[in-house]
Amino acid sequence: MDLPLADFLQIDFPALLVASLAGLCCGLPGNFLVLRRQSLIGDAMSHVVLPGIVVGYLLSGTLDTLPMLLGALGAALISALLIEVIRRLGNVEPGAAMGVVFTSMFALGVLILEQTGASGVHLDVEHALYGNLESTLWFGLTDWSDILSADGLAQMPGSISRLGGVTLVVLLVIILFFKELKISTFDPAMATSLGFNARYISIGLIVMTATSAVAAFDAVGSILVIAMFICPAATARMWTDKLSSQIILSSVFALMSGCLGYLIAAFGPFLLGENYALNAAGMIAVVACLLQAFSMVFAPNHGTMGRFLKQRKALQEPAEI
Amino acid sequence: MIAKLLKLQPSTSLSTDAAKKAPLAIDGLSVSYHHKPVVWDLSFVAPEKGLVAVVGPNGAGKSTFIKAALGLIPKLSGEITVYGKPVDKQRKLIGYVPQRGSVDWDFPASALDVVTMGLYGEIGWLKPVRKGHKEQALSYLEKVGMADFADRQIGQLSGGQQQRVFLARALAQDASLYFMDEPFVGVDAATERAIINVLKKLKDQGKTVICVHHDLQSAPDYFDHALILNVRPVASGPMHEAFTSENLQRAYGGRLAPSELSGLMSLAGQ
Repeated sequence: MDLPLADFLQIDFPALLVASLAGLCCGLPGNFLVLRRQSLIGDAMSHVVLPGIVVGYLLSGTLDTLPMLLGALGAALISALLIEVIRRLGNVEPGAAMGVVFTSMFALGVLILEQTGASGVHLDVEHALYGNLESTLWFGLTDWSDILSADGLAQMPGSISRLGGVTLVVLLVIILFFKELKISTFDPAMATSLGFNARYISIGLIVMTATSAVAAFDAVGSILVIAMFICPAATARMWTDKLSSQIILSSVFALMSGCLGYLIAAFGPFLLGENYALNAAGMIAVVACLLQAFSMVFAPNHGTMGRFLKQRKALQEPAEI
Repeated sequence: MIAKLLKLQPSTSLSTDAAKKAPLAIDGLSVSYHHKPVVWDLSFVAPEKGLVAVVGPNGAGKSTFIKAALGLIPKLSGEITVYGKPVDKQRKLIGYVPQRGSVDWDFPASALDVVTMGLYGEIGWLKPVRKGHKEQALSYLEKVGMADFADRQIGQLSGGQQQRVFLARALAQDASLYFMDEPFVGVDAATERAIINVLKKLKDQGKTVICVHHDLQSAPDYFDHALILNVRPVASGPMHEAFTSENLQRAYGGRLAPSELSGLMSLAGQ
């Protein structure tokens, strides 16, 4: 297969970058969501953005990305607050509160879309599900050195700079507030009694989740957002009993799924002699699931096979003495 | 219900100087879940250097009382002070051992990690845990005989060992006033001894412990003060004054057999 460097840099490199950044910015907060048994909040966030996108479009009157993203972020934050309010006032379990909010927000989005005639414009479903990973192009790159040149940076696609910025903020917040996130996730009552108000930390985490979901949603679509919130963290949990290691491992798994998934989708069929490409977002989610499945079987302490081998070893040991 | 509350007369226990400086002074505390009152018009002053057993039947509001005193759940009415100031301003003076079932033991943390959390308040916002903190935490694990299990994931400890980890975490807080919620439930003999030792040491250091305790038989042995509750306060004070058969009968109603009561009274030295 013949692949000119310029093609790789303009087509595949930005896609790989977007997939990696989306994986990181969703996968990192995902660790805390999974440990808090709130995994579905990522799912909720990626659905509730619809009314926000429509309202953003209606208010700005253009198909520019920025107003729609701001609308999406607003909708995500309102939903996060609504979920908290329903949970506390209605005394409803968190899963049900999320279910109520995200279905009604999604429905609201569909209604506004139909009533205002915005549906005449092409706000398409496929984009919402799969994102536009493959169509993220970085023009003007012909060599690796161009990436950091002024000209190259000027042509950087908006989705990459947005995702990069959000990922950086998420990373910083998790490093700075690691201790606070850890204690409030493990024992909220203890955290509050020590002066780390668990409720505020929880709201902060949801705001961060909403921001990550919106930043990644535009680039990779809702399927991948959900997969990236849950899979890397759940997979990493299989391999370690230490929170810091789990977070580092989850980043590795997020990057692995992003890069492997994209490369398989883009080049797999060609290598088999076929002349088409697979959907990258879908393939990335599949790779993430396969990593999880592999870990569930082979991880040393938490995998079924690993546990079986340990038990067998433990049974054999007394006999050897 | 609110109107009813407003009519409640404030008791005068907080006006004395002793109460103002007491480790814990509670005046007219009421808490309810939905429409059901769980703690009603409770006033209580904890003694300095006291080991206080909070006893009462199931649903008497013992855990609720502790959570409300810590400011973890909203109260309907009442005033709570810790060494003369509101709870929120005295967080550093308060240690808490919650019920074992209140946390997720599958959490990716070692025994040492959990004990180190007791130091987080002292470390403060945004500052990282340093090596010195870990060494300090290890010394507290040693005090409850758990140093050998420092690196063990908490889910792989026995119930008693988990309780000792919680206890070491409370010690790490180096508080003056401790709240413990049923620390003796479902623990082995070694853990029971470890808890008793810790209680004695805390008392010797001039600290006060408020401890929800389910076992009436052992209460007079382990503690020197009692607060008997059944939604409303029934009695409080030094063990021999408060822990009487009349008071227990009033709190538990017909739920205690006479033989149980007489057994208790002989234990209490009456």
